[in-house]
Amino acid sequence: MTVRALITVPPAIRPGEVIEIRTLIAHPMEAGHRSDGQGGVVPRRILRRFTCRLDGQPVFSAELHAAVAANPLIAFPLRVQASGTLECRWEGDDGFAHTQTAALRVA
Amino acid sequence: MRGRRSTALEHEGAMGMPRRPRSGPLNGPLHGPLNGLLKRLMALAGLLSVVSAATAAGPSAFSMMSPQLQAMQRDDSLNPGMLWVLDGQARWSRAEGAVGKACADCHGTTPAERLRGVAAAYPAWDAASGQPVNLGERIAACRSRHQGVREPSAPDALLALEAAVAHASRGLPMAPPDDTRLQPWRARGQALWQQRIGQLDLSCAQCHDERVGRRLGGSLIPPGHAAGYPTYRLEWQALGSLQRRIRNCNTGVRAEPWLPGSDEMRALEVYMAWRERGLPVEAPAVRP
Repeated sequence: MTVRALITVPPAIRPGEVIEIRTLIAHPMEAGHRSDGQGGVVPRRILRRFTCRLDGQPVFSAELHAAVAANPLIAFPLRVQASGTLECRWEGDDGFAHTQTAALRVA
Repeated sequence: MRGRRSTALEHEGAMGMPRRPRSGPLNGPLHGPLNGLLKRLMALAGLLSVVSAATAAGPSAFSMMSPQLQAMQRDDSLNPGMLWVLDGQARWSRAEGAVGKACADCHGTTPAERLRGVAAAYPAWDAASGQPVNLGERIAACRSRHQGVREPSAPDALLALEAAVAHASRGLPMAPPDDTRLQPWRARGQALWQQRIGQLDLSCAQCHDERVGRRLGGSLIPPGHAAGYPTYRLEWQALGSLQRRIRNCNTGVRAEPWLPGSDEMRALEVYMAWRERGLPVEAPAVRP
């Protein structure tokens, strides 16, 4: 299945303004403790790391653990001086990786 | 004092639900006058509920949710249901099935272009199958007839498309069709709504008409509106259909769940849409 993710940034930003970046991604965040009904355990499948870069420069990163709910929302403040490209990357178990970009327009 | 207490025990279950009036040794002369009073009160409550049903569908479930949940639903950047809407909108223009046609080839470039308001008018009568169908079933039928897609091979795709089409009607009032062929289904749905089922011996109406706003355990009892479906439930950590929610209620009262696509589900959905006509479509709603 294709990965679904949403990055929300304000449409217009003033130079030096602190804005909120919001990201949502569809992910089951299977904690690895659930019974599969056959005597086994559903293997863990969670996101481990979230990183965000602005024009290649890391601006935010987070480590995720088993207690995070499915489809995690990650939001963080960011001071922006000039227009640029925000690149968000989610990495997880089973080689999961998804990269998505959003344009920041400073007027 | 003793008499009053025993009456309360007789008429209220563990969760404060009045039981069916009994005949037998418990219904002795001591309880007679109190029973009469109770009956009069219940008749009054019944009258009040009829009056409220006649004027409007009552407060929407949305207005009863916590401020945090309301904010989550209102803001598309916080609403996880939008992940499914997004997926559905992407699938809208993707050619699928044996025929290789996309939804967009017939219905416009986005669901909002030509299908705005459609979701508010379902369930509707389907002449081909001779029964009412809900929005999801209608989309599945369209996909199998015109795209050659065999559902339920792709339930995720169907739910995503349903979410996208329902989202296109957001804010519009529920307008179930005034179709005489739906009349018997609506009547049957209403009867099912009021019928006690399961080991807990509860009807839909006892919670979702008579005890709206009160609590069942720690959970708020909502009015049981369908206008927000498909809905993102925090309990499911996923988007789900109305039928899935009804199945939850079925097992909640320890009844055998109605099967998906069964006549019971169909009739109940027809009645529920009619019951809340005029309420705005909220899909995808967020619920606890």
